[in-house]
Order: sequence, then structure tokens, then C-alpha cells
Amino acid sequence: MTGGYLLQQMINGLVLGSVYALVAVGFSMIYGIVRLINFAHGDVLMVGAFSAFAILLVFGFPLWAAVLAVLTIGAILAMLIDFIAFRPQRSAPQVNGFITSLGVSILMQNLGILLLSGQPRPFNLPGWMRTNLDVLGARMTVLEIVTVAVTLLVLLGLTYFVRGTRMGIAMRATAENPLAARLMGIRVNKAIATAFALGGALAGLAGLLWAGRAGQIDPLMGFVPGLKAFVAAVIGGVGSLVGAVLGGYLLGFAEVLFVGLLPPSFGSYRDAFVFGLLILILLVLPNGLMGRSTEERA
Amino acid sequence: MLTLDGLDVWRGPSQVLHNLDLEVKAGEIVALLGANGAGKTSTLLTISGLLRPRGGRAVLSMDGREHDLLRLAPDRIVAAGVAHCPEGRQVFAGLSVAENLRMGAFLRRDGEVASDLAEMGDLFPILRERAGGLAGQLSGGEQMMLAIARALMSRPRLLLLDEPSLGLAPQMVDRIFDVIETIRGRGTTVLLVEQNAGMALEIADRAYVLENGRITLSGLAAELAEDARLQEAYLGLAPAGEGA
Amino acid sequence: MSVGRHHLAWGLLAVVVIALVAYAEGSLSGYERTVLGFAGIYAMLAISLSFSNGLTGLFSLGHPAFMMVGAYVGAVLTFPANRKGFMLPALPEWLASVEWSLFPATLAGGIAAALVAAIAGFPVLRLRGHYLAVATLGLIIILRVVINNADGATRGALGLNGIPRHTDLWWIFGWLAAALLVCWRLKHSSIGRSLLAIRENEMAAACMGVPRARAKLAAFSLGAFFAGVGGVLWAHLLTNLTPGSFGIALAFMLVVMVVIGGSGSLVGAALAAIALTFLSEALRPIEQAMGAYGLVQIVIAVLLIAMLLLRPQGFFGSAEPSFLRRKAAGSRAGRPLSPGEEREV
Repeated sequence: MTGGYLLQQMINGLVLGSVYALVAVGFSMIYGIVRLINFAHGDVLMVGAFSAFAILLVFGFPLWAAVLAVLTIGAILAMLIDFIAFRPQRSAPQVNGFITSLGVSILMQNLGILLLSGQPRPFNLPGWMRTNLDVLGARMTVLEIVTVAVTLLVLLGLTYFVRGTRMGIAMRATAENPLAARLMGIRVNKAIATAFALGGALAGLAGLLWAGRAGQIDPLMGFVPGLKAFVAAVIGGVGSLVGAVLGGYLLGFAEVLFVGLLPPSFGSYRDAFVFGLLILILLVLPNGLMGRSTEERA
Repeated sequence: MLTLDGLDVWRGPSQVLHNLDLEVKAGEIVALLGANGAGKTSTLLTISGLLRPRGGRAVLSMDGREHDLLRLAPDRIVAAGVAHCPEGRQVFAGLSVAENLRMGAFLRRDGEVASDLAEMGDLFPILRERAGGLAGQLSGGEQMMLAIARALMSRPRLLLLDEPSLGLAPQMVDRIFDVIETIRGRGTTVLLVEQNAGMALEIADRAYVLENGRITLSGLAAELAEDARLQEAYLGLAPAGEGA
Repeated sequence: MSVGRHHLAWGLLAVVVIALVAYAEGSLSGYERTVLGFAGIYAMLAISLSFSNGLTGLFSLGHPAFMMVGAYVGAVLTFPANRKGFMLPALPEWLASVEWSLFPATLAGGIAAALVAAIAGFPVLRLRGHYLAVATLGLIIILRVVINNADGATRGALGLNGIPRHTDLWWIFGWLAAALLVCWRLKHSSIGRSLLAIRENEMAAACMGVPRARAKLAAFSLGAFFAGVGGVLWAHLLTNLTPGSFGIALAFMLVVMVVIGGSGSLVGAALAAIALTFLSEALRPIEQAMGAYGLVQIVIAVLLIAMLLLRPQGFFGSAEPSFLRRKAAGSRAGRPLSPGEEREV
């Protein structure tokens, strides 16, 4: 094995981890504020991918329009899901929300199959996105470079939002203590909707990147990234944004190294490895890397 | 300033307040005394809009305007000038001290938030010292000061204080009660919920006693402090923090 | 114990079911019997899931994983020996030569599933509610990957065809009765009440000395046993298997049955399972005729969401229909927490 090969693998891990981080950070943000494992988060990604498909390949708009569209559509969709499915049962036991999100996920997947057919469609980004460049001796496509750069930008922006803006701090305050937040005059449902909107926008964006990477889209495509975002969020400590980003990159690296360093016959065990890792981490570090010891909020 | 009239409040299947009447006049400190579970906290939650009564009225009148509290959302009640410093302090543990204070001013759009922050620093020097640290790492007494300062950041006309002495060391309790008098001195009206009846009656102008969701006694604080029934119920038998 | 009204009700129920099965086996078409068979299998699965999820307050999505274990173990055991060498070349000699009948294979499948549950449950059950749900989902994916890769013994993703059709309605409803009886007795035993205690309040249960780790593991494994049995019956009803059949969609279907029936209500879960099976069978021709693939799942998902929004405790809560219950103190023990009781907003 050469240093160049290892570098190439690390770069692959960085790219994969970036997408995971985008999805995981939104997932974790939503968990942090409503203690909801939102199973439908991956399906927002799917809708993002299909929106990008429509804008880019059906209507032929330029890429920037697709980016704007996936951000907006992801945000609106996630807020809508919250408003219809989760908001009416805020005071119900935690597990009800989880089951509901499972229902929303199945609903969206099958609406996708019903309306758009379950057949995979090719998703080809403009040619220049797919050209290879030489980066530090490794090969990266423009899309991969953009993926890494966009993720970094988005995460910086998000950090500024939750640390430096009034609404961002209010969101964190609501996550900490909804009762006290209401006494401050924070409208809790608005803060929660903001978290859903942000998480949805990021998932939509991740959908565009994921589809570009995979080269095809289908209504069930959100399942795997959704689950992996959960794993990434758990590794980092669910509810912690820094943790989710860290978890996303760790998972990306671990997955790529697992496939890249073991004999090819193990490649098909990739997903088993990811979930084995999840169970291991839950057992050894139930609060993840950055999670605070969680008070049980049943 | 605040008039509660015939409030009937339920929590789940049980009625916690029965036909409650209470009045707070501008500039007063009014103490609401009672044992655990008497309905003190429910009264405050009703005023801040977090509990909705089944019957009665709650009106806030200031500067010739009347606000029907029962028809206002909690954030509008804060905007109207009521701040609620909840039981158990409830600071945002994972936010910095400065961020906690900033959240107290969440609804304010005026340009004087920064100067108010400085003022809180003068009133509670420890908060200025710890401004960048996490609120969860403050001591209990410091968290209480933060909770009060956070409530003051909304520039309330009426401050609802729920059990500020709870779980604090005696010197700290003295300091907190000094602060309450200072706050009143700055023109803020205070409705103080306490189990520590002795301390509360020292600084209050008037007081109400709640038992099982009903007002059973009320009057001037000085007179109530002499009242044999109150003596028996709170001062004689039950020392601070050990309500029946 | 004297004969009470509830004994009569049970006896009557048994007679009705036996008569129905006898009629169905005699006069219904193959398709109708298959649908009825699936209804029975789903009912058994829902009962066992309701038992382990509802009574322990744990939320597991792992039932399809255990069905998968049972189905493959059972199918390998009953598969015609003369075709094993060709279809499943990687089987060891002692497995390649056997050709069991259904009942021992069912037991073996159930036990294998229970063993997997006990091994996986030992670490996994320490997780709390939703973590457990996703970890058990992970179990499905792990087992699917294993079966896909062990294609010499399972035919992997290609699927295993030609499993003998041993399952009939007698077997299915016999096992359904067994599952209902065992789960019912346990639910209403002192062990069952301690499980309910865990559900209502972990801390209090621990203080009362309920051995919660063991009780949880036992409930989880028992649920898995019946899931394994269900898997074996399924395999020998359908006569073919692919790992893909035991996925998230199936986990979801079972969850819907439990939620609609009422978490913790065994009879409720069984009734919901039967109703949902018939509903999806009724919708399937419409789905095919209109080319509206996904319609069945959409209807079920909407049902679930509506149920959770409008009646989150399900049709029966965690109680059982009153005519089947012995009139005794403590029969109300399973009162579910009403929304809002756990958490102040």
C-alpha cells in the first residue's frame, strides 16, 4: 500500500464524511430541540435530490438555481412535516414521535414510488462538475471539492447562527429548557420550526450532493444516508452539533478505510460494519463523543 | 397593577386553584405564602400564560391600559411587562452567562440592551466575572442571581419570583432578599412566592396565604407576621424550607 | 379455580376458531387460505411484538431480523435433501443430509431466533427507547448482509426457492393460540406485572427489586422465539425466501399493528394484524390495476399517523377486551400513561 493510496482514501473519507455531516447536523439539531429521532430526515434528502433533478435536468435551469431550490424546498418540507405530524403531539411520550416519523418516512417513500415510480433515474450533473482534478497528488472531481468546501462553509454559517444570532441562541435555549425559554418570551414552536427548517435545508442540499455522487436517484435513496446520519449523530452525541459533524467525518473515514484497507471480499459487509460500530459505540459511549450525560427525558 | 379574580385552574384531572382572588398594586412587594402543593407556582404559571384557567379573570393594568392576560400568548405577556423567575432557577445550563442574559432580553428591540447588561454586571458583579462561563457551572446562589438578572433583562414592570430562597445557604438568602428590595426600589413591582414566610413577611408590604388552592388569609405583612394562625402554620412549627 | 365467565368466553373463541379453520381448510381456495394464513402469522407476530415492546416499554424494530433467522434455519432443515447439494452446496454434511418435518423445524427456528435475541439483547437491551429501535434496525441490516454473503447456504440475494409447502392453517392457528396463551399468561402473571412496573417507572421497578435486566431479556427472547416461529411458518407458506422480505417495511407493518391495536394489548394487536392483512389484500388488486404501486403502504402510513394524532393509546390501550378478562383486582394495572403525564410543556 502506498502513501498515495492512503491519501486517496482519506480524501474519499473526507468527501463522504462531509455529506454525512450535513445530514447528521440537521438530524442532531432537531433531536436537540424536540428530543425526536426523526426517521423522515433521510427522506427530505430524497425530495431534495428529486427537486434538483427536476430543476437541473427537466427544466434545464443552472446549478445555482438548483442549490437555492433544494435549500428552500428542504426547509419548507421539514417545517411542514413538523407542523402536521409532530407538533400536535409534543407532549406525547418520546417514542410516539419516533413511530410517527417512521410513518412519515414510509409515506414519503411510497408517495415517491406512486408519483415518480420506483425505478432509479440517472442523475448527471453538468460535465464540468465531474472532471477530475489533481489535489496534492490525489484525484478529486470538482463535485467532490465543492462538496467539501460547501460543507465547511455551511457548518461555519451554522456555527455563527447558533452562537451569534438572537434566534440561534433562542434555539439552543429552547433545546436546553423549553419552559424557561417560554418564560423569556421565546415562542417555542417557532424555535422548533427554525430547527426543522435549517435541518431540512441542509438535508435538501445533501440530497443534491448525494445524488451527484451516486449518479442516480430513486424514492428509497434517503434510507441509507438517513440511518447513517443517525449513526454519525450517535457517535458524536445526539443533540450536539459539533459532535454530529465530528461523527459524520469519523463515520466517513471509518467506512472508507474499512472498504479500502480490507480485502475486497469484505466490501459487502460495509453496512453491517457501520451498524456494528453503532451498537459498539452506544454500549461503550452511550452519550457519544460530545454528548453530555443525558438526563432521561422519556 | 395585577388583578386576579375568581381563578379556577386545573392541572390534568385535579383542580389546583379554587376561585382565587389576588391583587398586586404598583410598587408593592406582595408575598404569596403556602406549603408545598398549595398552588403558589400554579398561580404564577397562570399569570405568565403557561396554565390556562377554566374560569376567572386576570388583568394587568398599567399606564391606563388594561391587558387581559388570559387572552395573551406567553410571549405577549412578557412583552406587556411581566417577567417570571421560575422555581428551581431554570437557567440555560449549556448557554454562557452572557447568553442567558441576552435571552432575558429576547423580545426587546431597543438599543439599550447593552447598557442593561452592564447594569446587571453592577448589580451582580459575579455575573460580569463569569460572563463567558457556562451557567450550569455556577453555584446555586449564583444561578439564582443569574435567574433574577435574566428576568430583569426584559425590563419588567412586574416581577414574579418563585421560591428564590429554595436550597440556598442562609447568607445567600439574605443577599437575595436584599436584591429583591433593591429591585423594588428601582420601581419594579414584585410578586414573591415563598415557603420561607418569616423572611418574606420582612420585606413584603402585603401577603396572601394559600392552602389547598384557596386563599385562607391575607393582609398587611406586618400584621400577618403577628398573626397567631400563620405563626402556627409556618413560623412556629415549620422552619424555612420544610413546609407541611 | 372455579369456571368463570372468562373461561366460557375463551372456550367459545377456541370453538369458533377451530370451526373456521376446518371450514377454510375444506372449502376455501388456495389464495384465500394463503391470505388467511398470513393474517394468522401476522397476528402471532403482532402479539409477540406487543408482548415484548408493550409490556417492557422497550421499543424494538428487530422482529424481522428474528423472523429472518427462523425462516432460514427452518427452510434449511426442511429443504429436500436430494436438492441441497445442488442448491446449497456450502452446507456442512450433517445439515445437507437432513430433511425435517415442519414441527421440529419450527421449534428449531424459534429457538435459533431466541438465541440470537438473547445474544444481541444482552448488550442492546441496555439502550433506551429510541436508541434500541435503531440498534435493532441495525440488527436487521447486519443479519441481511450476513445471509446475503453466506449464499452457499442460503442462496443469498437470489432467494431460496422450492421450500416445501408444509404450513397449513392448522399449524398457523395452533401456533397463534400458543403464542396468545403464553403471552397472555405471562402478561397476567406476577412476572408480567413486574414487566408492567418497568414500563411505568424504571426507577421504581428497580427499587422494588424487579430484576429488570433479566426480565427484559426474557421478554425480548420470548418475543423473538415467536418471531422465529412465524418466520418458519411464513417460509413454508410462501415456499420462497429472500432476505429483502424482512426489512424496514415489514418492521413498520408490525409496528403499525401494535400501535393501532394498543401498545401492550395482545388481543388488540392480533385484531389489528388481521384487519390490516385483509385491508392490504383488498387494496392490492386496486394497486395493481391502477399501477399505483405504493398505495397500500401509503394507506397504512396514513392510518398510523392518524391513529397517533387522534388516539395515541390505540384501540385497546394496554388493556384487553373485558369479556376475556378475569374479574379480579389488579386487572387495571396496565393503564397507559396518558399524553402529557410524563412531560410538562
